[in-house]
Amino acid sequence: MAHGTAAVAKIDSPRSPYVRRRTTRGNYELYSWVFMRASGVVLLVLIFGHLFVNLMVGDGVHAIDFGFVAGKWANPMWQVWDLLMLWLAMIHGTNGVRTIINDYATRDMTRGILKGLLYLAFTVVVVLGTLVIFTFDPCPANSPAELLPSFCTA
Amino acid sequence: MPTAPAGTLYRGREGMWSWVAHRVTGVLIFFFLLVHVLDTALVRVSPEAYNAAISTYQTEIMGLGEAGLVAAIVFHAFNGIRILLVDFWAKGPRYQKTMLWVVIGLFVVTMAGFLPRHLINVFTGGH
Repeated sequence: MAHGTAAVAKIDSPRSPYVRRRTTRGNYELYSWVFMRASGVVLLVLIFGHLFVNLMVGDGVHAIDFGFVAGKWANPMWQVWDLLMLWLAMIHGTNGVRTIINDYATRDMTRGILKGLLYLAFTVVVVLGTLVIFTFDPCPANSPAELLPSFCTA
Repeated sequence: MPTAPAGTLYRGREGMWSWVAHRVTGVLIFFFLLVHVLDTALVRVSPEAYNAAISTYQTEIMGLGEAGLVAAIVFHAFNGIRILLVDFWAKGPRYQKTMLWVVIGLFVVTMAGFLPRHLINVFTGGH
C-alpha cells in the first residue's frame, strides 16, 4: 500500500490551485478616483473663495481690470491660492474629461486623437498659467499710471 | 408598423439624472477654465490687452453667462459632496435620493444669495 500511495502522489493535480490573478495595470484608476474626491473638496473651498472675492465683494465683476489682478497678486497668499487652483482644477477637469472620452469614444483612433488634444490643452494651459503667475510684473514700464495698481507710483 | 417594445430603455431616476448633470456641468466648467486661463494670461502682455479682453466679459449677455457658470459650479460642488457621502458614509447609498434634494435646496439658497448681488452689478454697474 505504501508503494501505491507514492505512485499516486507523483501524478500532477489536474488543475492548478487557485491563484488570485495579479492586476496588470497598476493602481492608476484607483489613484485617479481618490484624487477626484480629495481635490474636489479643496477646489470647493478655493473656487467659492475666488468667486466670492471677484464677483460678490465691492463692485463685483465691474471692478475686475489689470489693477485688480495686480493688486491681488501683490499678496503671496493669492499667488499660492491661484496656482493651487490652476493645477488642481486642470488635473481634476482633465481627468474628468478623460473619463468621458473613454466612455463615449469607442474607436481606438477617435479616443487616441481626443485624448491627445486633451493632454495638449492641459499642458499648454498649465504651463502658460504657471508662467504668468510667477513672471507677472504688476508695474510694467511705459504703461499709463491710471491702468496700474496704486502702489506702482507710490 | 412595428412598435418598439416597451420598458427596454433604462430610465434611472435621481441617481442617473444627477450623474448626467454632474457630467454636463463638469464639461462646461472645464471649457470655461481653458478660456479663463488664456484671458487671464493677457496680464502678461499689457494692461491694455487685459482690460480690453476683460471688458468683453463685462456686458449684460456675458453677465448672464456668468450666472449660468456659477450655477454650474455650485451644483457640481454640492453634488460632489453628495458623491463623497455616497462613497464614504455608511448610510450614504441609502440616502442618495434624499441627499440630491438637499443638494438642490442648498443650490437654490446659494443662488438666491448670489444672483441678486451679481445681477445688480451686471445691469447697473459702470462701464
